[in-house]
This record gives sequence, structure tokens and C-alpha cells, in this order.
Amino acid sequence: MKFMLLFQIDEKRWAGLADFERDQLWAECSELGEAIAASGQGRECAALHPSSTATTLRVREGRRLITDGPFAETKEILAGYQIVECRDLDEALEIAARFPPLRVGASVEIRPVLERP
Amino acid sequence: MNIMESPAAETRTDLGKLYRREYGRILATLIRTVRDFTLAEDCLQEAFAAALKQWPERGAPPNPVAWLMTTARHKAIDQIRRRTMAEMKHQEMITLATPEENSPAPQDTLRLVFTCCHPALAVEARIALTLRTVCGLATEEIARAFVVPLTTIQQRLVRAKAKIKHAGIPYEVPEDDRLAERLDSVLAVVYLVFNEGHSASTGEELVRGDLCIEAIRLGRQLVVSLPDELEAKGLLALLLLTDARRATRTDANGGIVLLEDQDRTRWDHARIAEGTALAKIARSGTQAGAYAIQAAIAALHANAPSVPETDWAQIAGLYAMLARLQPSPVIELNRAVAVAMADGPERGLALIDRIVLPGYHLLPAAKADLLRRLGRRHEAGQAYRDALALVKNDAERRYLERRLAEVTSG
Repeated sequence: MKFMLLFQIDEKRWAGLADFERDQLWAECSELGEAIAASGQGRECAALHPSSTATTLRVREGRRLITDGPFAETKEILAGYQIVECRDLDEALEIAARFPPLRVGASVEIRPVLERP
Repeated sequence: MNIMESPAAETRTDLGKLYRREYGRILATLIRTVRDFTLAEDCLQEAFAAALKQWPERGAPPNPVAWLMTTARHKAIDQIRRRTMAEMKHQEMITLATPEENSPAPQDTLRLVFTCCHPALAVEARIALTLRTVCGLATEEIARAFVVPLTTIQQRLVRAKAKIKHAGIPYEVPEDDRLAERLDSVLAVVYLVFNEGHSASTGEELVRGDLCIEAIRLGRQLVVSLPDELEAKGLLALLLLTDARRATRTDANGGIVLLEDQDRTRWDHARIAEGTALAKIARSGTQAGAYAIQAAIAALHANAPSVPETDWAQIAGLYAMLARLQPSPVIELNRAVAVAMADGPERGLALIDRIVLPGYHLLPAAKADLLRRLGRRHEAGQAYRDALALVKNDAERRYLERRLAEVTSG
């Protein structure tokens, strides 16, 4: 089955890291991406620009309402995603546990992908 | 034998016993072959219903468990065949068609326990699911035991089963490198079930024995299935040693009986012997786990001839060890009480005054008892009032009121 790993980081804490720490984490993230691709389990993936670049669209009484910023004001911000093909949740958890920014307060939400019949 | 007892009634009693003993084990194997919790449960219920109807008429089959498994599996095949008309489900048909197993495999029960206690499920869901599937408790029984509405438990079960199905929670015993981490989650469920039975947090009864018995049964299964896991032994030892005192913890009116007033001759000495032996094994590893340490404490209590003759110094040391392993103000409170017993109320009071535990009635209650022993009646009265403002259990409330009356009278 397919799972989407939603990588969320604490942007404030991320911004507070020393440059070399961020560079190191980015390098490790790239390595992880390559390893997942090489394993044959990787599907689509992307890294995202920071939430300061986000725009949110809603429709209120038929009118488009466009606002600056992410959907909800939370500490943890979606920073990227990776879809993986796994046997079960435990296997997906093993891959998710390798996300390097987990060391600096990040989290990974794991969601099964709705498979269309 | 009672001549009034008809063969049909006899079969019903036997079937009831069989249900309690075998339901979870049969279900575990059925879930593996059917790969669907709800379908397996429905079919097993139908098989038991069929037995209730047929056995009194035709007599029980020579191997009742095999009969139930085969019947349930055939019902599942029929169900899947009907579904297959709409959507092909080859794989399930293949699994079901493979050579018949007609006895439950012990490994399946363990799989079921690990699935029901997967950390991806909320704790309340883990508890309800384990009691429903592994222990075979009825939904109404679980609702009654936890004093929550029936619909709440039903919703919890439906949601948990849906999550297992859709989130890909595996039906497996985890690999060795993850076993310890996942076993923690299983042991925690067993411990919480016992605790709810042992010290009901709300309501009138202080003890709900059924939950204690179920927790011990689960603990035994884990010890048998995972013989190398010392913490499983530690937990079972702790439960046995605590449960050994169950009959003496409340009086005829449901009032609380303190450790010092309990009739030690009425403690369950078989449980104490078994628990003490297990507690010793549980501490034989390089580093004792949290349950092993708590079992060691319970063993010291259970084997002491009286409260003053209890080895409080060693108990205080064990609590200190436990606090290092999992720092918590509740453990600090227990340590403070042990220190008070070993070295006097003043020493205990000094430790208690450093503990911050808002909303927890046992902190002011313990403080009140120490002040009372020191003869500081006015302060003791205030502390009992603080405890009374927080206590939820009726039996404990009555105890605190009695003590408050003592320190405020004459």
C-alpha cells in the first residue's frame, strides 16, 4: 500500500540553527531521498519553500478569499512530502524514522493514500 | 449432580466457559486467515450462536474448538464469496482455501495483542480493543467496567478497527529490534486494565475484580509467549502481588481498609508465592525494568508480617531507583511515604513539601497522615480538606472524612 510521509518542521527552531547545521541536515535529506528512490519504494516527493511564501484560498459566500500565510497558525509547518510503497504501517514508520530533522524537533505524519479502485 | 439440570442447560454452561476461554484464541487465528477484524468477529459470533442452537439438540462435537473454527471459517468463505461477486478478492479466497487449521495457533494470539496495542492507536482504543477481541469481553461489560456510555465504547471499537484496516497497521509480532519498544505499549495496556480494576478512579466500587482477572490472564499469556522478556514477568509479578490483597482492601460496606489494618492471613498466599518467585526472575537482568522494580516493592509488602516490620528502607531505595528510570512526582510521593516509615514523619514531610502535583488527592492525603502522626492536628485537618476537595472515589472519600473527623474532634 501507499503512504504519504508529511514532513513537518518547527520553522522557528530551524531558522535558529547554525548555517553548518542546516547545510548538514539538507545534505542528509538529499541522501535519504536518494536512498528511498534506490530502494524502489519511493514514489512522488517534493520539498517546499518556507511557509512565509504560502498563500491560502477560501471561498466565502461564493467569493474568493485569498490570504497570506498557511492554513493554520501552528508551530509545525509542512516542509515536504514523500510517497512510499510499503507492506504496512510499521515499514512506513521505519522509513519515516530516518528523516534527519527529527533530531531538531521535526515530526512526520504518516497517512495512507486512498487507492482508487 | 443436580437432577433438575437439563442436558441443554449443561451445554449452555459449558459453551459459556468455552467462550470465555477460547474466544480470543480462535478469533486471533481467524483474523489472520480472513484478514478482516469485523468479518472474523461476525463469523465467530455466528458460529457460537449456531453451537448454542445445535449442540443441545445433537450433542456437542468431539472437538468443540475445531468445530467452532471450521464453522466460523465456512461462514467467512460464504461472506467473501458473496462479496466477490462484486469485487474480486482472490487473495482472501486463496488464504481461506489453504489446508484447514482447526486449532488456534498461540502465535496468533500474540499477533492479535500486538495489533490491538499498536502505538498508532489511542490508548483508550487499545484498551477497549484488547478487552473486546483478546479477552472476549462484551461491549456492555467494557462500558460498565470503565463507567462510560455504551455508545462511546462502540464508537471507539469501530474507529480502531477502521484505523487498523485503512492505516495499514500490521497483524504481526514486531521484529526483534522493535520488540522492546512495542512490548512497552502492550504491557502498558495490561497495566492500565489492571489498575482500572484495582483502583476504580470513579464510581462506588473501589475494586472491579473482573478487570484484574483479565489483566492477569493477559499477563500470563505474554509471559508464556515471550519467555525471554523480563519486563513481562515483572508486570505479571506486580499484578499477582497486588491482586493477592484484593479481598482485604475493602470492608463489608465497601469502605477502604488501610494496609496496616488489612488481615494478612486472608491474603492470597498462592499468588504471593508465585508473584515473589517471578519478581526475583524479573530482576535477574543487567538492569531491572520499571515493572520489575515495582514488583520487588510489592513483594516486600506482601511478605512482611506487619507494617512496622516491613523493610521500608529497602522500599525507599527501590522507589529512588524507579524515579531515576522514569522521573515522576507520583513516584517521589511514594518514596517520601517510605522514607517517613523508615526514618520518621519529619523526614517524609520534608520530601513531600518539595513535590508539585496539582489535582492529585493522594499528595494532600499523605501529607495529612504524616501531620496527624506528628500530632499537628490543625494542619492535618487542612490537608485532609485539601484532599477531600480533589478525591473522586467514594470509598476513599469516606476514609478521608473519617480521618478529618478524628483530627477535628475534641
